[in-house]
Amino acid sequence: MDADVIVIGAGIVGAACAHALAQAGRRVCVLDARLGGATGAGMGHLVVMDDNAAELELSRHSVAQWRALAPRLGADCAYSPCGTLWIAANDEEMAEAERKQQRLGALGIESRLLGAAELARAEPALRAGLSGALEVPGDGILYAPNAARWLLAQHAALVQVEHAKVEAIEDDGTLRLADGSRRTAPQVVLANGIEATTLCPELPIRPKKGHLLITDRYPGTVRHQLVELGYVTSAHHSDGDSVAFNVQPRPTGQLLVGSSRQFDTTDLAVEAPMLARMLQRTLDYLPGLADLNAVRAWTGLRAASPDGLPLLGRHPWREKLWLAVGHEGLGVTTAPGSAHVLAALMTGATPGFDAAPYAPRGLRERA
Amino acid sequence: MSDQTQLHIDGRLVRVKAGSSVAAALRIAGGMGAARTSVTGQPRAPFCGMGVCQECRVQIDGRRRLACQTVCAEGMRVETTA
Amino acid sequence: MSGVAIDACDVLVVGAGPAGMAAAVAAAASGASVVVIDDNPAPGGQIWRDGPGASLPPAARQWREALARHANLRVRSGTRVVAAPASHELLLEDAEGATRMQWTKLILCTGARELLLPFPGWTLPGVTGAGGLQALIKAGLPVEGERIVIAGSGPLLLAAAATAKAAGAQVLCIAEQASFASVAAFGASLVRWPGKAVQALTLADANYRTASRIVAAQGTAQVESVRLRQGSREVEMACDRIACGFGLTPNTQLGQLLGCALAGPGLAVDALQATSVAGIYAAGECTGFGGSERALVQGTIAGHAAVGEAAKARAHDRERARWDAFAAQLHRRFALADDLKALPRPDTLVCRCEDVPFAALSACTGWTDAKLHRRCGMGACQGRVCGDAAQFLFGWTPPAPRPPLVPVRIETLAGLAAPGDARQ
Repeated sequence: MDADVIVIGAGIVGAACAHALAQAGRRVCVLDARLGGATGAGMGHLVVMDDNAAELELSRHSVAQWRALAPRLGADCAYSPCGTLWIAANDEEMAEAERKQQRLGALGIESRLLGAAELARAEPALRAGLSGALEVPGDGILYAPNAARWLLAQHAALVQVEHAKVEAIEDDGTLRLADGSRRTAPQVVLANGIEATTLCPELPIRPKKGHLLITDRYPGTVRHQLVELGYVTSAHHSDGDSVAFNVQPRPTGQLLVGSSRQFDTTDLAVEAPMLARMLQRTLDYLPGLADLNAVRAWTGLRAASPDGLPLLGRHPWREKLWLAVGHEGLGVTTAPGSAHVLAALMTGATPGFDAAPYAPRGLRERA
Repeated sequence: MSDQTQLHIDGRLVRVKAGSSVAAALRIAGGMGAARTSVTGQPRAPFCGMGVCQECRVQIDGRRRLACQTVCAEGMRVETTA
Repeated sequence: MSGVAIDACDVLVVGAGPAGMAAAVAAAASGASVVVIDDNPAPGGQIWRDGPGASLPPAARQWREALARHANLRVRSGTRVVAAPASHELLLEDAEGATRMQWTKLILCTGARELLLPFPGWTLPGVTGAGGLQALIKAGLPVEGERIVIAGSGPLLLAAAATAKAAGAQVLCIAEQASFASVAAFGASLVRWPGKAVQALTLADANYRTASRIVAAQGTAQVESVRLRQGSREVEMACDRIACGFGLTPNTQLGQLLGCALAGPGLAVDALQATSVAGIYAAGECTGFGGSERALVQGTIAGHAAVGEAAKARAHDRERARWDAFAAQLHRRFALADDLKALPRPDTLVCRCEDVPFAALSACTGWTDAKLHRRCGMGACQGRVCGDAAQFLFGWTPPAPRPPLVPVRIETLAGLAAPGDARQ
């Protein structure tokens, strides 16, 4: 097959891009080095995030796209419409919950405030003394590795996936592979997450390491994805190490526990002190988890851009190259939305929402 | 000191030789000593006998532990998911 | 929340089987402070497991007594190693709480686990490992009057049969997959180790069959019968239990977590039982399956070496070489036949924790693919049982282990964040 587009990376973003391009009739060749990245490491939380207008727009469109896809996804994609509870630990956070409700409501996104008593009924495992929560019922969870596979399989005649490592992108957009061969297509999409800077060092992407832990099966302990409202502060305001309360009920009955952020280390080893800090924060909200058994811990590297928004669009100077990178902790959430925007830009269609905030920016000057 | 130990398994009183494992007690309690139900709904009983396979996970006094590696204690409360 | 206690010793021995007991006693004799940790309820490892159904041989009792004799030697049973959170420190957990154990020298005597290969019906209640059945009986499992079939490979089958018979069970058949020629050659070689020859004679069983292997365990809610292949014919026999194990595989997870190199399936060690990591020694089955005599002498060497007594250590070189030769015989004569890879049917579960069938795995490209896309290895056994099976069936090498090394209470892991706690 002569490809119209080559997509580098078969993670959730690359898979979504291939799917969107195939939907537009393009023949797509996906090259994956099988290094394994954030797709296999992250939580798969489909969450509307409203730190800024552009993030809200992208995430809400994308979460809605996931909801629409959900009935067709295979059972092993484990989609669950469990919703998110943003937990307010005190009056100040409760006020933030109210403001959040306003912001979401302005865009027609349904949410509901819970007071302390109602929160305790909704999630009995939470400690006493919390102020309440904002429930966002449209949020959900997904098992990303199988969702990526599902997306790649939907247009089998048009999408081909190959195990291959791209070593370099030449000046004319030709791809040189590790086995010495070369590939070329009229358009190339770079969607390989944290590895993007090995091919394009000019990209302003930094690794943000995160720890995760999963328990044995304890069904019914937690019903919604639980996130502290202080998560926002942790995610975007500091350059140092930070942890935030973030727990997901897996359909298996296991509890998936995050989250932590460390900048600029690429060492994937589980660091016991960091894991401990994250778990201390978890026990602050769910003290009963102390007696539950953890069966596995791992880490992943989020690909973070300076302003927290992905880079979606044409590379400013490299021939044929389009970017879908820098998704940080929202890669699974925003994969369909990102793919929608990028595929529109690549095919000359009009995206369903303003693509300007995600236009590639901040690239280091070429030598 | 008695050479027998009494414990509760799924609410039933079971008597075992002192020093017996909870895995042995499950069998003495009845049936084939199943400890849990598998992901696809089948009964599972202790298998490797040495704390590796995790098939014998049961709740013991509120914590999930391995029956084959736990010695019965007087008054212990064991709950299976078989 | 209780927080994590802090403890320390000069020599930390992980495992209280023959190797660990020998290492601890040798090290303690120097006056060094020694702590032995072991995840079983009492010292003795697998071969000398204590319990109401056990009958400990004199050697086992002597070593238990030796452990108790040194005031500078402490034993912590029922204790699991969870992680290595800092240099020269192991995070331990037991039923009561957790401890950060600081050590100067470390001796890994983590033993071996049974190789449990999947076959149709292997998840039925009533199917256990062969060593597994032996362990369960020693811990008090009643088997009186039960009809038991033992299968798989290795001298452990005979030992398990003996334990079952002593407990009043009827052993219908012992199905050894190795050929008659192999087993006969092994028996003949025992003339070099007269003690083992005598042991073999006492374990001899009229129902022992070579070139025999399990085909399937059958039954609805539990074992009701077994199908065996003996030579070219298949036989079926009604039974109550099937105890099936295919030899032993070294427990190297902790060693690998600490960065120790492997030699084949076991931890690599030099003449002083030192691993590739300074300050860490290894002895016994975790360096490769070889039997309790070899474990004892390796443990003694490691114990002396760890406290700087190289000359005392090397005095045991010849004895170790003698048992190395025995180990070589074991490996050679009981090697597993390739056709055991045909044991599972497409619907035979390979991952017991997550119920993943053979057909699902044979479509995968490797261990990571199988885990990420089919959940194989995502359960509580952390890929130990299915990982061994996948390595045998497909040649997949599992990745290096991550902490936690065993399922562990969240409060134990969280406790590392608390400021330094009271000394033990």
